Amino acid sequence: MRPQDEADIVACIPSLRRYARGLAADRDRADDLVQDTLERVWARHSMWQKRGELRAWMFGIMHNHFVDGLRAQRSRPEDAAGDELPERPDRATQTDRLEVRDLDRVLQQLPPDQREVLLLVGVEELSYQDVASVIGVPIGTVMSRLSRARERLRTELQGRSTAALAARNKIQRVK
Amino acid sequence: MDKRKFTSFSGDGMPGFEGLPPVGSPITEADLHAYVDDQLTSARRVEVANYLEARPDERERVDDWQQQNHMLAALLDPVLKEPLPLRLPLKREATPMRWRAVAASLAIAVVSASSAWWARGSMDGEAARLAFAQSPAAFTGNATDLSGFAHRAAVAHVVYSPDLRRPVEVGADQEQALVTWLTKRMGTTVKPPLLQSVGYELIGGRLLPGDKGPVAQFMYAAGGGERLTLYVTHEIAGQDTAFHFGHDGPVNVFYWVDKNLGYALSAGVDRAELLRVSQAVYQQLTPR
Repeated sequence: MRPQDEADIVACIPSLRRYARGLAADRDRADDLVQDTLERVWARHSMWQKRGELRAWMFGIMHNHFVDGLRAQRSRPEDAAGDELPERPDRATQTDRLEVRDLDRVLQQLPPDQREVLLLVGVEELSYQDVASVIGVPIGTVMSRLSRARERLRTELQGRSTAALAARNKIQRVK
Repeated sequence: MDKRKFTSFSGDGMPGFEGLPPVGSPITEADLHAYVDDQLTSARRVEVANYLEARPDERERVDDWQQQNHMLAALLDPVLKEPLPLRLPLKREATPMRWRAVAASLAIAVVSASSAWWARGSMDGEAARLAFAQSPAAFTGNATDLSGFAHRAAVAHVVYSPDLRRPVEVGADQEQALVTWLTKRMGTTVKPPLLQSVGYELIGGRLLPGDKGPVAQFMYAAGGGERLTLYVTHEIAGQDTAFHFGHDGPVNVFYWVDKNLGYALSAGVDRAELLRVSQAVYQQLTPR
């Protein structure tokens, strides 16, 4: 394995962790997912024939682990009982704290398949084509999941944004 | 880290994503998403911008989606700056011992416990390899109806592989427990072969009643969701080792006998695909 390949993989880790945190919310669970993924990545690196983008390939491996985890959770519902509340990531600013908390909650309430697409497109900025290959579905399915996720988010966050918008408009009128 | 360098279609003049309508065709919702995500060609981008100019409702939706992207980034970008936890393996050296051990134990995925069995197994393995090489009829001839353990394997495949909630008794996350359990119940070492190189991940396994005693079933899934099961039985002493192909309705099965164990690989995929996977399974069963 060339040192450059190793460096390329390590360079993707922060991005893998960001994606995992969006999927799992809880920091430990997210890093479990990253750890499993990396172990597989190091073991299977020789199988990545340099077809396509390295980061997308790693996201694909994480997708498989994520889906397996959901399946295991579903078949052992007792494991899910007594879970601690998910940790909230630290926030950089005070002003949007409430908004971001709402967003985190709404994000975790999305069906997992929609959450994956929304994060891969909106945060990781993968092309739709790459997202389709990461999660192994046709591009039309990617688009419909993306659309449903965005509309759901809009509806859930509507109350707050309409209020904010109204307040803004009012200020403008007063001026 | 520069996220942008990873996007496939971000520059001007680059093609839009596959399936997106060409310049000049009516604007679709996919175009609106691609506008937000900056995945349009520059010409199409202008068209969409003009379209939005005249439609405030759509404009508002698009703005909201854009806002969502910004908020998600604000929520998750701080993770990029966190120090990497110690437990994350940062180089290949972190795992070689484990990897070698796994590779060594899986070079022969299924071995019997004593050296006498081992010697006999090697001979059977050689015979099976010859059968594999010399019986093209098994792959090109007409499929036969299934009987015996191959039939039971096909039925077990049909029963368990469509199960979304509980396809296996013990999941791949507890692979060691699975191996220990099946080995104990079968009375011989039974391990699932690694099929990632041919595109299938282990989901887990279960114990089933065979004709006279316990048999093992391992289940695998491909990225596209197709499932495949490997049925392992030691109820077939004295039978031949040739490879056979057969089917039971939509389920195709390759089956053979090697080292006194019978194997049947079942899936809804076509014969060529199943043969490809069978060869990978067989290679792992053969000492090199």
